Amino acid sequence: MTTTDTPRTQSARTYPSYAKSLWQRVLLTREFAVIALLLIVFFYSRNQIPNFDGPLTIYYLLLDVAPILLIALPMTLIIITGEIDLSVASTVGLSSVLVGDLHQGGMSIPMAALVAILVGVLCGAFNGFLIAYVGLPSLAVTIGTLALYRGLGVGILGTTAVTDFPEKWTDLAKDRIGDSSYPVIVIPILVLIIVFVLLLHFTPFGRGVFDIGLNDEAAHFSGVNVARTKFLLFVMAGAVSAFAGIYFTLRFGSARGDNATGMELQVIAAVLLGGVSIFGGRGALHGVLAGVLLIGVLQSALRLDDVSANVINIIIGLLLIASVMSTSFLSFVARTTAGMKRRATEGSPERQQASAHHEGNNS
Amino acid sequence: MTTPTEMLVEPSRKSAGQRAVTTILTSRESAIALVLILVIGAATLNTHSFLFSSDSWRDLLLAPSILLLLAVGQAVVIITRSVDLSVGSTLALTAYLTGRLFVDNPGIPVIVVFLIGIAAGGVLGLINGLLVALGKVPALVITLGTMYIYRGVVLEWAGSDRINAADMPKSFLSLGTKTILSIPVLTIIAVAVLVAVGYYLRTARGGRELYAIGSDPDAANLYGLNVRTRVIGAFVLCGALAGLAGVVYAARYGTISSSAGTGIELQAVGAAVIGGVAIFGGSGTVWGAAIGAWLLITINRALPILGVQDFWQRAVVGALIIAAIVLDRVLAVRRSRKLIEARDAS
Amino acid sequence: MKLRNKKATALAALAVSAALVLSACGGSSDSDGGGSGSGGGGGDLSVTFLPKNLGNPYFDTSDKGGAAAVKEFGGKFAEVGPQEATPDGQVSFINTAAQQGIGALVVSANDPKAIGDALNEARDAGTKVVTFDSDTDPEYRDLFINQASAEGIAKAQVDLIAEQIGDSGEIAILSAAANATNQNTWIDLMQKDVDANHPNIKIVETVYGDDDDQTSFDKTSALLNKYPDLKGIVSPTTVGIAAAARYVSTSDFKGKVKVTGLGTPNQMREYVEDGTVDAFALWNPEDLGYLAAFAAKALIDGDIKGDEGDTFTAGKLGDFTVGADSTVLLGDPFVFNKDNIGDFDF
Repeated sequence: MTTTDTPRTQSARTYPSYAKSLWQRVLLTREFAVIALLLIVFFYSRNQIPNFDGPLTIYYLLLDVAPILLIALPMTLIIITGEIDLSVASTVGLSSVLVGDLHQGGMSIPMAALVAILVGVLCGAFNGFLIAYVGLPSLAVTIGTLALYRGLGVGILGTTAVTDFPEKWTDLAKDRIGDSSYPVIVIPILVLIIVFVLLLHFTPFGRGVFDIGLNDEAAHFSGVNVARTKFLLFVMAGAVSAFAGIYFTLRFGSARGDNATGMELQVIAAVLLGGVSIFGGRGALHGVLAGVLLIGVLQSALRLDDVSANVINIIIGLLLIASVMSTSFLSFVARTTAGMKRRATEGSPERQQASAHHEGNNS
Repeated sequence: MTTPTEMLVEPSRKSAGQRAVTTILTSRESAIALVLILVIGAATLNTHSFLFSSDSWRDLLLAPSILLLLAVGQAVVIITRSVDLSVGSTLALTAYLTGRLFVDNPGIPVIVVFLIGIAAGGVLGLINGLLVALGKVPALVITLGTMYIYRGVVLEWAGSDRINAADMPKSFLSLGTKTILSIPVLTIIAVAVLVAVGYYLRTARGGRELYAIGSDPDAANLYGLNVRTRVIGAFVLCGALAGLAGVVYAARYGTISSSAGTGIELQAVGAAVIGGVAIFGGSGTVWGAAIGAWLLITINRALPILGVQDFWQRAVVGALIIAAIVLDRVLAVRRSRKLIEARDAS
Repeated sequence: MKLRNKKATALAALAVSAALVLSACGGSSDSDGGGSGSGGGGGDLSVTFLPKNLGNPYFDTSDKGGAAAVKEFGGKFAEVGPQEATPDGQVSFINTAAQQGIGALVVSANDPKAIGDALNEARDAGTKVVTFDSDTDPEYRDLFINQASAEGIAKAQVDLIAEQIGDSGEIAILSAAANATNQNTWIDLMQKDVDANHPNIKIVETVYGDDDDQTSFDKTSALLNKYPDLKGIVSPTTVGIAAAARYVSTSDFKGKVKVTGLGTPNQMREYVEDGTVDAFALWNPEDLGYLAAFAAKALIDGDIKGDEGDTFTAGKLGDFTVGADSTVLLGDPFVFNKDNIGDFDF
């Protein structure tokens, strides 16, 4: 009997992710970095920016950030599967136009809203069909539908805007909960957050989403219905975007063809800021929430400080690049330090093998 | 020992001339050119002055020149399996820079301004290229970020100022309308660029390597191609062309505000996709992208004449893009099926 | 994996909600202090100007007048605005103004109704609201400063174009944004004037340039393409008339299609001198901004409430009386032409 047992078979299997203690698992994640950043920015603004601690700040912040927050939820799932949806803002615009146009034609707001959501579902289904079942690349398809849906919206209304909405509904969009600083829109947002958190982190469907992002062929062979999952995600994105469009219309009291132009980039920026990997397969919703709120707080604070909106755009762009490059940067750092560590412990072959083994697991 | 004549796909029996003609006739570029001719024809039937008045003829050739430059640059980047969303902001930055150069340095020669504009665009493209090549992050995200940043920079720099036509010398502005043999000067510039880039992509080694990188980056790496340098080069070219487009914009419109070029990046990508450049890289030509750009702008101008409100232009563009992608997919599936059949049959 | 995410998610959610709850608590306890501070008479003289959009030379001038006035009475001036002339763009700035508790907001509205709710919220927080140039519905603001009577402005433009095209022919209107209150009021009155007094003139179409230079330029080109017999273009917005004049002056239609409307002397000087434009009208936007700022001051100080019959002094412009519907008139429109355009600099 040869004693060629390598150290590998002698040592027990280690699971690095469970080997760390709980506090490490929570704090050393990207999501926590964003949350920490959010809290830092928030409390700094409270102290330093005049009027930031006023009663209206949280109220307006939530009103402004609500559509982005809504759309970021399904967008997170879509990006986790490795796809992307650039047409969400156009769906918002289209649903806004429909609400305005139908209302002008005499339909009541709830009916118009229902039609808008149905159309949003159709838009999402069209995207989903082309991407999931025909197999086209999502970037190209959603660039096309971005133009198509926006064009339909602009075509229906032309350049006019419908601004005559009944007070009852425009007030509802901006009502507060009781006497607090929270607008009523927070309630549907919280409901959707809970739904998506449960969906992504606690159901097999959510597991399937992660699997598809990591390797969709392997997911397919593991029994995940890849096409149907992707299709459903795009349908969800369409429906939520339509809902955000209804809210947007009622909040600003104006239905225009070019409402929410550019919003898709804000959503994607917030999602990527929140730690979701653009390559797919990793991400969590609490990071995304923090990312959206971070952008909202930054915008609110800078506006109150009379800083122009342009600087805000520059900051968001820099944050975005920094956050996505940080993964590459961190792995670069990890590799160099591991390399240095290895050269330092040169000699003991067992140590070498063990550290190599660990390296493999940790990357 | 297999005889050397057994091949998977038989070489064509047609003559070189026949092959050339077939390639041209069945190519995507010809199809798009045909659509373009049809659109112009329909509009002219409706209103003769669409083609036959000197103003309209000039506009027909002049209006697409900006998008043409952007589409050519975008095509080069897309061929390498990336995308550059920051071209609109680069255009605004260089257009404003152009105006500022004229205002702050009266008497500066026009050619110098052109060179500075191209160089500035190239620098912005270089930043993109470095971030993409070194950061190993998809170009979509990087250029999304730089789009925000560059736009913010120009907004901050310009403030609410705008450069008016009166601030720029007549010699520069006249470029916007001057024609040589009834072809506008700006169009000649754009076409010259198109020919140069097209020739490079087709014949030069660097150009062919771009196609290789787009087809399969891993294979290109293993083959020993310098992927990083080539990708950076593609972004620099795209940025430089966007810079040139900015100078052309200043010449054509005369008034530059900080919101110039908003949204034009997606039009550039759309033009390239319609023109046959596959979004996953590795195929397509800049000729196709150029014709695609020309088609988009001409549709915009032709729609009101054909009685369709020009509000519907964006919807038409979107439908065209989707049709183009679906067509590409259908053709690709058919091609791969044929190859599989050939393999199975042998 | 499930376990790790559950705990992590819970902890994180707790942190975020804790932050929000703490801040909300803090917020509501501050509201008592905030409310009493900014209400009341004799409040702080901070005046913020919110034009339709930034980067518009007309508003640059009017806001300059406002700034001069605010400096005169020792207040604090700020100018904010969206990049594009949309109502939802203005809402966020109105919200910020309400949060900051400034003394008065002077706004030129992009829509008569859409910004109304935001304005009322600002008024509830103690800010006085003065509209100028483009009004909202009366219930959303305290005062409206009108540059001249709407009928006067409409009539002046119709008279100008009728004179220039010999009182017969087709004309088109190049307006600003489709919902802009002031332009729409004037266009309605222009149509009525034409129907009643100029039977041989026909307004064939109204197009919207959105107060964006490039859009207005392209729309002019489209108009000339579509209506080969067009005799005149009326543009009741300074951005539109500048773009239209610039296009016409480099086209075959120069001199054949008359361009008139509301323009600023500095932008139009070149086209009046080269014959593209014979005459156009405006008022002095600097005076308008100046008057609006003083009206705001009078409201903040509590001198007037905005009711009919109230009087106040506006610095060097003299005394003004509030008319019906809480409107204050500046004066009459002024016609610029070759003879007098050299005398002005704005």
